[in-house]
Amino acid sequence: MGNVRRSSGEGGFVPPGSADFELPPIFGDNAYTTKPIFLVFLSIILISLFFIVASRRAAIVPSKLQFAGESIYGFVRNDLARDVIGHDFLRFVPYLFTLFTFILVNNLFGIIPLLQFPTMSRVSFPYVLAVTIYLVFHYVGIRKQGAIKYFKEIMFMPGVPKAAYILITPLEILTFFVVRPATLALRLFANMFAGHLLLLVFILGGEHLLQGVIGLKLISPFAFIIGIALTFFEFMVQCLQAYIFTLLAALYIAGALADEH
Amino acid sequence: MQYVNLAAEGEINPLIPHTAELVVGTIAFILLFLTLRKFVAPMFEKAFTDRTNAIQGGIERAEKAQLEAQRALAQYTEQLANAQAEAQTLREDARVQGASIIEDLRAKAQEEAARITATAQASIEAQRQQAITSLRTEVGALAVELASKIVGESLDDAARQSRVVERFLDDLEKSK
Repeated sequence: MGNVRRSSGEGGFVPPGSADFELPPIFGDNAYTTKPIFLVFLSIILISLFFIVASRRAAIVPSKLQFAGESIYGFVRNDLARDVIGHDFLRFVPYLFTLFTFILVNNLFGIIPLLQFPTMSRVSFPYVLAVTIYLVFHYVGIRKQGAIKYFKEIMFMPGVPKAAYILITPLEILTFFVVRPATLALRLFANMFAGHLLLLVFILGGEHLLQGVIGLKLISPFAFIIGIALTFFEFMVQCLQAYIFTLLAALYIAGALADEH
Repeated sequence: MQYVNLAAEGEINPLIPHTAELVVGTIAFILLFLTLRKFVAPMFEKAFTDRTNAIQGGIERAEKAQLEAQRALAQYTEQLANAQAEAQTLREDARVQGASIIEDLRAKAQEEAARITATAQASIEAQRQQAITSLRTEVGALAVELASKIVGESLDDAARQSRVVERFLDDLEKSK
């Protein structure tokens, strides 16, 4: 590919930065052939295949594969959708399930050998996901309560003294229309971005140390060991972020469904 | 869209999205959502429902079986009680009947005994009468014979007299 990242440049160590997330296209100049885009397609193929095969039989006594698929589906269905949304949760399960698996697999790409790039560290993807939540929870709220009542309750919280609206109304509008989706997207992006950066620092750093004098060469294994330890830590963060994102999505939907915020 | 090497142009803001990624992300997410909603979620829901039904069905079947068993037990207990009562009645009847049979037999036996006794007495009486009659005839004949012998001999002394009696008795012995 001729685009190999080098840890050492003319001026010594090249610290990893946001430029390391701007991967060049694999074929020619087409922006649709970058690694993150391939990874996204790979993720939806893997997820679809796995769950279609796992759920195909839908047997009462599940096979190991079906049990594995059911455990993940059941986790999203029961522990996220049912416990958070409660009544009438079933119609949100496919959406939350898609969110969870999509984020989880794309996050895990960050530590899967050879792939090793968390797709969600490209901010565009978390933005897309946040937009879907934005649409879903406002749509649900409007359908449930009617547009006027829904927006009225957001802007003028019931049970609050009139004078306080001066302060609360702008805050509430900001919360519902900007802060919620923005924090959702940025939290996921920043976690994946920072995690990948951290791995780059230790692994590229280790590589750079290897090219140094003998004393530095002896230190480099420690950098790699920390890099490996951080890989395990990243695994935890990747799962956690997928869970948090889905949980908050469920919470926002539950809030929109509730009669009073 | 052309790929631009932003790194060469200085600082990159990682918060600015790329059009290509936005498009692909949206399409990929919608595709995945439609696939999972159409093929996966209904199948898993079906498995859950089937499983719940199977478990509930099993419980219901067990409950029904238990109810049936209880009913059968009650029925058997009742039948047993009936049978015992019947046996009791039968035993009572048999006892009464047996007593009456014994009573009958005893009466019959007594009657028979009385009859036999009566017959025997009648027979004895008849034989006795017969014996008396025959004895009387014989004694008469003997008396006559003895008298004629006594009359035929002179009975002057005692020695002769006893001789005559001795002879008579000897004759009597011999005639037997």
